[in-house]
Amino acid sequence: MTKKPKILLLDDDQDILDLYKEMLGALPSGPEIQTANSGARAIALLEAETFTLLISDLKMPKMDGLQLLTIVRKRFPSLRTVVMSALNDQQFKDRAYSMGIDQFLEKPRTGKEINYFCECIEGLLTKGESTGGFRGVQSKSLMDIIQLECLSQSSSVLKITTGPVEGRIWIENGEVVDAVAADAIGEEAFRLIASWKGGSFEILPPELGRKRTIHSSYHALLLETAQAIDEAGAPSAVAEIPHGETAPPFKVDAAPSAPPAREREPDTADSKLFDSSRLPGIKFIVAVNRAKPRPPASWGLENPEGVGDWVDDTVNTFRRLGEKYQWGDFKSIEARGLQSNVAIITHNDHAIAAGWERSLAWAQVRDGMKKILARWIS
Amino acid sequence: MALPTGTFTMDRTGRIVTTTISNNFPEKLSLEIGHAVIDAFRKAKAAEVVLTEISMNFAALKLTARELRGGAIVFVAPRDSGDNR
Repeated sequence: MTKKPKILLLDDDQDILDLYKEMLGALPSGPEIQTANSGARAIALLEAETFTLLISDLKMPKMDGLQLLTIVRKRFPSLRTVVMSALNDQQFKDRAYSMGIDQFLEKPRTGKEINYFCECIEGLLTKGESTGGFRGVQSKSLMDIIQLECLSQSSSVLKITTGPVEGRIWIENGEVVDAVAADAIGEEAFRLIASWKGGSFEILPPELGRKRTIHSSYHALLLETAQAIDEAGAPSAVAEIPHGETAPPFKVDAAPSAPPAREREPDTADSKLFDSSRLPGIKFIVAVNRAKPRPPASWGLENPEGVGDWVDDTVNTFRRLGEKYQWGDFKSIEARGLQSNVAIITHNDHAIAAGWERSLAWAQVRDGMKKILARWIS
Repeated sequence: MALPTGTFTMDRTGRIVTTTISNNFPEKLSLEIGHAVIDAFRKAKAAEVVLTEISMNFAALKLTARELRGGAIVFVAPRDSGDNR
């Protein structure tokens, strides 16, 4: 059964909230609507539940709409956002779009405007909100955006956010000169950002004179990165084109495949695995919850469910054998493969498997698995 | 219960071809281990993780299996008490 979309409506005027709740509740997709009359209340609700769409007023006392959007973009990057305002102020509109909102809408006044407003919201609710990838309008790959900036000899800073992690790429006169992501800098950071599967990004004004840490041409950089992504089996990052900008006139990446019907592991699980994705030599990670069958949390895998099922089956089979014949606690599985070596460890109800470069010594793999487990537990 | 030790080979049909596991241990034990190992190799391949060797580490025993044209050669060895792996 298809889950109903959920809208969080934020306005400091209770009458407006009641009116919009009634109006949006009649949309064909039958959304569930919750209301908040302050930014703080809205954030508390967003933390407690998953919403499809946030509709926020711009002008509010204490925390205004733009402040709220800053927090929302950082903490809930996949949430679709609509800003409503009684004023058609271009400056506010530009600022809101630069923050990655989906729509800036004027509060409707006439019956016709109400119809347009409702159609617009319905469109946002039904356009494949959970397809993954960088939340965006046109689903350009991040590599496309970088290529566009370089081809046009632009200078800019790309700020890319995925979950709690942020990365920046500095482009100066059409060349990528620096990148920073988490603890990594230079080409390592660039590759790390390129490996991210989703999030959102902004194009910030240039910071000319940035110390250069990347000396490869952007052609070479993009080629190497594309090869690394191919080898890792990870889909290329798909980035957002903010609404205020014109979509570049070249290829549009295919949208990532639709999410599985089962409920996914929580995003925190992905985030924990993502934290481990910078370990040297790691190629993929997958975490299976054996107590609650659901699509596994994963990083770097094209078919996480297939690998997750294998991990689950294998661990269960050998755990049962060990119990039956009293071989003591099940500790781990280590396997040599044609493409990667694989190690599996368990923690409570979870089994965590990681693929490693074959050149890595087993001592390094075991050390890496300990680090993954430590991050997972934390 | 005593721990098994030795090596056996299982062909792709699930039949034990050779074994050095003591007769004190039932053949059923080797068959169970062998089938589980071959199943693990096959399922890994189906998940596009092609494996050539797999080791299962228990507190008291280590099983190591190498893929052998659809079958497997399996090494069964009790663990040293100082081995924490």
